[in-house]
Amino acid sequence: MTERDRIIRESHETDVLSAFEGDVPVGGRTPAAIREFGGKYLPALVSFIVVILLWEGLTRLFGIETFVLPKPSEIISSFIETWDVVWSAGFKTLFEAVGGFGIGVSAALVTSLAAARWVGFREGMLPIAIAANATPIVALAPIFNNWFSITSPLSKMAVVAVVVYFPVMINTTRGLLEVDPSELELMRSVAATSTETMRRVRIPHALPFLFASLKVASALSLIAAIVAEYFGGPQDVLGQYIINRANLFQFPDAWAAILVASILGVTFYVLILGAERLFMPWHVSLRTRE
Amino acid sequence: MTMVVDARGVGKVFGRGVEAVQALADIDMVMETGDFVSLIGPSGCGKSTLLRLVADLLEPTSGQLLINAKTPSQARLDRDYGMVFQSATLLDWRTVRKNVELPLEIMDFAAEERSRRAEEMLDLVQLDLFADHYPWQLSGGMQQRVAIARALAFQPSLLLMDEPFGALDEMTRELMQQEVLRLWGETGISVVFVTHSIPEAVFLSGRVLVMTPRPGRISSEIVIDLPPERDLNTRESPRYFELITEVREALRRGES
Repeated sequence: MTERDRIIRESHETDVLSAFEGDVPVGGRTPAAIREFGGKYLPALVSFIVVILLWEGLTRLFGIETFVLPKPSEIISSFIETWDVVWSAGFKTLFEAVGGFGIGVSAALVTSLAAARWVGFREGMLPIAIAANATPIVALAPIFNNWFSITSPLSKMAVVAVVVYFPVMINTTRGLLEVDPSELELMRSVAATSTETMRRVRIPHALPFLFASLKVASALSLIAAIVAEYFGGPQDVLGQYIINRANLFQFPDAWAAILVASILGVTFYVLILGAERLFMPWHVSLRTRE
Repeated sequence: MTMVVDARGVGKVFGRGVEAVQALADIDMVMETGDFVSLIGPSGCGKSTLLRLVADLLEPTSGQLLINAKTPSQARLDRDYGMVFQSATLLDWRTVRKNVELPLEIMDFAAEERSRRAEEMLDLVQLDLFADHYPWQLSGGMQQRVAIARALAFQPSLLLMDEPFGALDEMTRELMQQEVLRLWGETGISVVFVTHSIPEAVFLSGRVLVMTPRPGRISSEIVIDLPPERDLNTRESPRYFELITEVREALRRGES
């Protein structure tokens, strides 16, 4: 090994270590990983339990009526009793949400690529899209019920798709366009075609923007599906189930349905997070360093 | 002998009408194979603009500019030059190796040839041990060395460098200058080097073209007659200081 190699190897090693500084305290990786996990999620878990206990305790202490705010214990027992009904409704709603999400995101990606590729398209479309994005689109639900038949899940998917479309499209377009000018000069200097620039620079650059918007969209899609259901349609979905149980003063049942919606929403979000880590390993590595 | 760079009366105007700005005027510049030429001048003197004309990132508005006896556009399409920017401009999502391979991918080199050349280039810039690191894991100087490896990976005949060491600290900068001279000696490539550091221009170049602003012109040309082997001793030689003074005075004459 030459002197140079030795120096480089040394700096290499310190470099690797410093990259994980803070993550790996003396004592090895595995305990640190557990400690990190605990350190990261423990506070959230503790405060969650505290909130539930406070909720239970305060509703008991002040004798708050069930129709105002049910106790967590009542909600849980209703959740277990109505397990089959409430999950079946949940999955029907999830189907609408995911279907609409798929349609909306696909349409958004196609539009974004076109907007990044053709200036004319971008200049014509984006102002309209931004204006449309500022409109409360859920208000369209009764109209979509009319267009796509109120009984078809398609009418709910349409609402979800439109709600999801704009944030994803606007963010992704931004990611595709807001590329460092010197990266574009670099691509031009090696005589790359615009398709190559799109593939090797613009699209990877847009991925963090895309995933940020998908995380927002995953939550929006369930909200939009449930709100669209409030405007009418089949009774065996979450939105209608919540309305019906509330009308019958069965508030713990309504809350159990809300719990299902929340579990589904969180799961959807976590799946997107997982996909983000899968598609952008470089980005996660940036984060672990911070 | 064909000229690597042959500029005759080249000018560049940005904008039109009342807003038009004459960035460059009457640029004559000739470079032969293996020349190392620095462009030096204050900010706004058009030195980066001139480099971008050579690179066909901008088009001249007057005069004639030939690169390897071709139009700049043809030279770019033929991949006659490699370019190094002020910031390393590495793609965050690619490892060092994949960054060096980027131009080779675009030029449709086979995978084996790509990795062979990337290895070779990383050896050349002495970063072979960092091939699988991501750019953020490297120091500024190392990142710039990756950018140089990338610019050389497809063996262009001309290397264009736009203030490549401007963001580096003085010690790293001197090491990088030594490195560039070594690469220049080993590859026989021609180099156009834009800088605003007088010692850097003198230490590196065979010739220094001094530019003055409004409009950007080449006001004088200083031949650096230091011995071709340059090292720490060069930096301490009396002739080195004389040449630095000469360039500084040329710059000052341009200001008045």
